[in-house]
Amino acid sequence: MLNKARRMRAGLRGWGGVGAMFTACALALLLALLLTCTGSTARTTPDAAPAADTGSNTARNAPNAPNAAPRPGTAHAPGTMAGAAAEAEDCTAPEKQTLSPSDADGPAIEAIKNRPGEKRKLIVGVDQNSYRWGYRNPNSDAGGSGNGGGTRLEGFDIDLVHRIAEDILGDPDAVQFKAIPTAQRIPAIQSGRVDLVVRTMTITCDRLKDVAFSAPYFKTGQQVLAPKTSPVTGYDETLADRRICTAKGSTAYAKLEEDRKSGDLPASTDISTQVPNQLDCLVRLQLGEVDAVVNDGALAASQAAQDPTVELKGDAFTTEYYGVAMKKDADDLVRRVNQILVDWRKDTKNGWQASYDTWLSATLAGDSSKSEPPAPEYLRKS
Amino acid sequence: MTLTQTRSAEAPPAAPAEPPAPTPPRRTAFAEGADRLRHAATTEPGRLRIIGALLAALVLGFGAVTAWETTDRASAADDVLTSSQPLSSDAADIYRSLADANTAASSGFLAGGQETAESRARYEKGIRTAADKLVTAAANADPDSPSTPTISKLNRLLPEYKGLVERARTYNRQGFPVGGAYLRYANEKMQQEMLPAAEDLYTKENQRLRSDYGRATPYPWLAIALGTAALAALAWAQRRNYLRTNRILNHGLVAATVTTTAVLLWLLVGHTLARSGLNDSHDHGVRSLTVLNDARIASLKARGNENLTLVARGAETRKVGDETVDAYDYDFERNMDTLAKGLTHARRLADDSTGEKPVAAAVGNMTEWQKRHDAARKQDDNGNYQQALNMVIGPRGTTGECFDNVDANLATALKHEQNEFKSAATDGRDALTGLPVGAAVLAVIGALGAVLGIGRRLSEYR
Repeated sequence: MLNKARRMRAGLRGWGGVGAMFTACALALLLALLLTCTGSTARTTPDAAPAADTGSNTARNAPNAPNAAPRPGTAHAPGTMAGAAAEAEDCTAPEKQTLSPSDADGPAIEAIKNRPGEKRKLIVGVDQNSYRWGYRNPNSDAGGSGNGGGTRLEGFDIDLVHRIAEDILGDPDAVQFKAIPTAQRIPAIQSGRVDLVVRTMTITCDRLKDVAFSAPYFKTGQQVLAPKTSPVTGYDETLADRRICTAKGSTAYAKLEEDRKSGDLPASTDISTQVPNQLDCLVRLQLGEVDAVVNDGALAASQAAQDPTVELKGDAFTTEYYGVAMKKDADDLVRRVNQILVDWRKDTKNGWQASYDTWLSATLAGDSSKSEPPAPEYLRKS
Repeated sequence: MTLTQTRSAEAPPAAPAEPPAPTPPRRTAFAEGADRLRHAATTEPGRLRIIGALLAALVLGFGAVTAWETTDRASAADDVLTSSQPLSSDAADIYRSLADANTAASSGFLAGGQETAESRARYEKGIRTAADKLVTAAANADPDSPSTPTISKLNRLLPEYKGLVERARTYNRQGFPVGGAYLRYANEKMQQEMLPAAEDLYTKENQRLRSDYGRATPYPWLAIALGTAALAALAWAQRRNYLRTNRILNHGLVAATVTTTAVLLWLLVGHTLARSGLNDSHDHGVRSLTVLNDARIASLKARGNENLTLVARGAETRKVGDETVDAYDYDFERNMDTLAKGLTHARRLADDSTGEKPVAAAVGNMTEWQKRHDAARKQDDNGNYQQALNMVIGPRGTTGECFDNVDANLATALKHEQNEFKSAATDGRDALTGLPVGAAVLAVIGALGAVLGIGRRLSEYR
């Protein structure tokens, strides 16, 4: 009897959250419509991503919902001084919520440098499944082990990790890589299992509550991946009755869930397939267990590069920025990484552009301008 | 059973008391017969006829029940030896080969694009063995037996699994990480669907083995009781004979006594031998085999988890108390504990030096394995992934060598115990050979003897 009541209460608790989220979504939408009165929806313009992100943020903080109203406006004209203070409060441009660069060592960096002997390494959470971002090339002969090699991780993210290690510890290889599933990135940082996460991680307001981010180092947006023969044309009503695969704990899933609730995504779309790593979605797609994959365009492109029978459908429908994630209180490390990012962008020989050319130009159609992050702004003060 | 048997054997003397037998106009054949019997019982020749019939029936009944009960036990013993034990060890083999193939596949993946010929061969061998044994298991399972759905499930999953591994291999060769994703998917299928199904099959086959043992070993009480009753009846008849005629020996009755005694002794000795042989095969064969199989499976699981620790590179974690630990490494330690316990147990069960030697060697291999594993983990924890990898799947001085040695030693021990089982169970089964036929023939002779012996006394009244 008691059990039953408890179970019922537990059930109700879940519905309460959903109900609150739904109410908040509806309220935000209503106010947004009332105040802007413009026909342009946030959905089809890639620039509107921050709005989408804040949407999900406010949805989870029902009392803040009325504050969400002016946001679609500010998202189109970001960075105004008047907006800055308010933005720090309720977060519209998460990619700007970072500390200004500095070379100075602080407690977080000292702790890494003081690791004894062989342990004096930077512990970094990466992915080993993202082709050209962070992956094990089974045919590379690096490692010199005599057993065929293929154990080194490589890719765009990995280049950045080596750069950070070289800067902090003076040795690009003083790194201990830990492969981390998408949903484990934040817990891994919070528990101190890794110093930083460089793993195609989108900077979002939600995540800023748990971890600190560097300035953005890459720009991308959600895109749909489907077989070339598929009738799906993009992120639109052709997704009705289709099964979509996303990585567990990814921004893609959050966006799909939100849009299905708001009706921007057909309600008959099945988004229940969630996998530990984005690449597992390609497996499900090839096995016919799902009809489409929603993923960051940068990652979707690297999936398409592994299978010539699938392609990206439609344009990116959000804008997202990748950042390096660190522990929330590791201020000196955040500043240091921001400094490293500034140098990396400036370095023409061995910097951002060189890594882009090596790893990504083939999968992302050569043009790097679409992927370049905006000039960094450092609005976080402490 | 016992009651009806006894009653039918004693029916003739009981019958006269039962029918009320008034004087109805028309009498039934039964009433007439009963009447005649009652009349007969009042005269000595009549009594002798009844005694003769009774003795013959008792001896014949004893022979028939002996033949029936021992046939049953002999066939159960034969099942233990030729059907259920081989099937149970086949089921263990299925589990082992599946786990082995999966471990080989993950080792191949760890080695990079050029997987070694050995790991490829090992993988293929595992799949082949599993497929072969599945066919045997399917052929031996009745359509409605509980193992059948499990067998067909495994038959369905095996090609699926193989397809996933082949895809993983192809993508791996092309240098695409989606190969690794396929391997993870295949591993998931193996761990979550196939191995549990194989374990289920193993459990069911073991149940069948246990029930066959249960049918083969109980004492044939009914036959023993009937034999004793027949002997007692013969003794009483001979004493009666002696008291009435002062003759000590009646050849026919003596022959009947001798054959009945022979059957009873044969039954007791044969069954006791069979029982001890079978019990022996269980205690020294099956029990050791089970423990060794479990240990071998634990070592395989440990090896698989050791590889996966490096494949996953910290991707899977688990909370143990307040600590977050690597899930695969945690499982590895559990598997090693199981292995250690299994080996200790197996060593205790081993009853001769031939059986103990490989187990002792396996214990040594396991200790070395744990030592090397700890060293490899230390390297990995220090961020020296490549060194750690070399210590696990490298060319020399690896944990892989230790695992191979453990596996080989356990295989030797298993083979030895299998032989022990076989010889003990064969002895057990063979102790019953000829008993059913022998009992039947001797009983017929005994019954004839009884009839002839009584007939000789009867002829004196003519």
